[in-house]
Amino acid sequence: MKYLPLLWAALWRRKTRTILTLSSVIVAFLLFGLLQAVQLAFDAGVSTADAHRLLTMARFSFIEPLPQSYRSRIAQLPGVTQIVGCDWFGGKYQNQSNAFPVIAADLAGYLAMYPEFSVPPEQQQAAAETRTGALAGERLVERFGWKIGQKLPISSEIYPKNDGSMNWEFDLVGTIDADDPAVRGNTDMVLINSAYFDEARTTGKGTSGWYILRVDGAADPHAVALQIDRMFANSPHETRTQPEKEFAVGFAKQIGDIGAMVSRILAAVFFTILILTGNTMAQSLRERIPELAVLKTLGYSDARITALVLAEAVLLILGGCVIGMTGAVALMPALNSSTGGRFPPLFVAGQTWILAITIGIAVALAIGLPPALRARRLKIVDALAGR
Amino acid sequence: MRRALRQIFQITLVNLWTIPQRKGSSLVIVVGIAGVVGVLVSVLAMGHGFQHTLASTGRTSRVIMLRGGSDAEMSSDITREQAVILGAMPQIARDAHGVPLASPEIVLMVDLPRKGQTDPNNVPLRGVSPAAAAIRSELEIVEGRPFEPGRREVIVGRKAAGEFEGLVVGRQIRLRDSDWTVTGVFRTGGDVHETEIWTDADTAMSAFRRPSFQSLTALLAEDDAATFSSLQQTIASDPRYSINVLREPQYYAKQSQMLATLINVLGYLVASFMAVGATFGALNCMYSAVASRQVEIATLRAIGFGAAPVVVSVMIEALALSLAGGAIGASAAWLYCNGASISTLNFNTFSQVAFDFRVSFGLVLEGMAWAVAIGLVGGLFPAIRAARVPVVQALRTS
Repeated sequence: MKYLPLLWAALWRRKTRTILTLSSVIVAFLLFGLLQAVQLAFDAGVSTADAHRLLTMARFSFIEPLPQSYRSRIAQLPGVTQIVGCDWFGGKYQNQSNAFPVIAADLAGYLAMYPEFSVPPEQQQAAAETRTGALAGERLVERFGWKIGQKLPISSEIYPKNDGSMNWEFDLVGTIDADDPAVRGNTDMVLINSAYFDEARTTGKGTSGWYILRVDGAADPHAVALQIDRMFANSPHETRTQPEKEFAVGFAKQIGDIGAMVSRILAAVFFTILILTGNTMAQSLRERIPELAVLKTLGYSDARITALVLAEAVLLILGGCVIGMTGAVALMPALNSSTGGRFPPLFVAGQTWILAITIGIAVALAIGLPPALRARRLKIVDALAGR
Repeated sequence: MRRALRQIFQITLVNLWTIPQRKGSSLVIVVGIAGVVGVLVSVLAMGHGFQHTLASTGRTSRVIMLRGGSDAEMSSDITREQAVILGAMPQIARDAHGVPLASPEIVLMVDLPRKGQTDPNNVPLRGVSPAAAAIRSELEIVEGRPFEPGRREVIVGRKAAGEFEGLVVGRQIRLRDSDWTVTGVFRTGGDVHETEIWTDADTAMSAFRRPSFQSLTALLAEDDAATFSSLQQTIASDPRYSINVLREPQYYAKQSQMLATLINVLGYLVASFMAVGATFGALNCMYSAVASRQVEIATLRAIGFGAAPVVVSVMIEALALSLAGGAIGASAAWLYCNGASISTLNFNTFSQVAFDFRVSFGLVLEGMAWAVAIGLVGGLFPAIRAARVPVVQALRTS
């Protein structure tokens, strides 16, 4: 600690240079925080999956419907504790396709399936009692400025209503939210009552798009999945049952390797920063060789000189790291409002901080070690002579 | 003026001549800017490739018809009766025998693993009608032969053959619950259809137990606005059905909005931040270059060189270095990813679309423009400082 003033003085010896170097480090870590947030948002489906939730859908395509009779047959299997059937409504709001998913389900059953979602109890009550009721994710409600109790006009790309039109209308009775920011992205949807939907639609009556089921803790999810698929094998509607996580991973893999691309960009950024900062550190050390020699003359040991030079690099890089990451945290609200809820919520996680600090220390060592070792090997006489 | 030019020329020559002696700090500018330009060009090349693939899909002379309210083929549905009525419209072209040039088509997803992987990907299987080849003049078989209607045979798009496992001429592949033989590979001018598998519509409908089509693609009798709008009116005024008519390019542009926006926003965001970082690096380097030559500069001023030539020469040096960096970054991006093929999920259609990275000349120019901008900012302030230090004071510093 007592060396801090000495380090400080060394850093601010050339003010412009230090400020510029610090700025490029800050920018690098700001970018790191942002890109990691983007990557976490892409992986959110995988990280928020529950190991005991299974999805059963048509074997060849998740857009083909399954008979509603499957619900009770699956529910009877040992180990299955809850099941809910869902339908993809193909919603269009203000002429925007897929602006958000609209899912028809037994609302009480759906919310019981996802304990991580929170809906106020009186709104759950209203959802159960209103046939045309709908629940919407908190972020959607903010994005479109909806109010509880208003009518939601949503047209369907797939299902005509019994009056022949594609335009449906629901009553917004509640909002869905979640405490965990990673889960909050999963609430970007509108849920409608499947009882009303199945009665009012003219095609596809008596079918469900997919089933979500929960197995109890003792059961092996994979064994249950295999049992379900065997039960419907060789029928006109064969099924494919997967744990939620595997479905999410498969989906992420279809998107392809966004992760690899982001890491490559980050590698390029850090490599560039390393060259820039390393060069500056080496330069400032060259200029200070006589000063280091004075310190040695005063009786500073080789190890202490090495530590001093290293500490300077660590101080500079970690300072930039903390400021940059803080900047990334500060940018999140603005970014989230600018994507208008079209992208899952971005946030800086604890693991990103840990990763940033680790990378910061590694980079600092890579940059600081060569000049530090050089300082250690200084011969006082040569250095004082400026040789 | 001529004297000033000559002075600029001489100082610049000396500056550039001595760059090899200042390798370390000069390298910083070059590497920093190469990094920025390389990342910018490669990310934007991906966006451009995707947009090119979608922009080259569809012709204004063709229309696609979907069920009213549907924005994509997957959620659309057209019955056989509707397909017959729609194809026979007077605004639709006919061939020499008077047969309408209309192709009612069925689209469904089949699961295929990427090469060397096992995870399934949604690849579109398109069942086309006999008129399809006459309607899509860009279709050509590059290997093998066309499929024969009535037999379980398919032809595969060039890009699908490159991305997914088992799409080889002569090979049998399992699509859903039946086996099909690949008889040929086709190309359609690098558009989205090259990520698809094609077969005969009726064969596909019976194999996959599908009663109806998803869409109808047809050639307009005349490629003009009047024909298109009269077709729209004819269809809108018929109470028997509700059908959406779109010109092909309009339809395919809509299919790509989400992904194209995402790629471009990501590219420019990352590049902007990197550019700011590189500007700091360039400033740093030029400041130390100027500082280390303070005495030389002051000496030049003392023997009669003006301030302006000094400023200009420092700027030229910064620009030369940043142009070198930009050229290295752009060429690296070009060598590394031009023509590389990538396939991803299109969020609008939930199906795979493959496209190539495209490093165009315009994109390289854009990268160089960024490099020049960084060089200008990074050179300007150090140059002004170099010219403003009092000569006497500068000569005293050792």
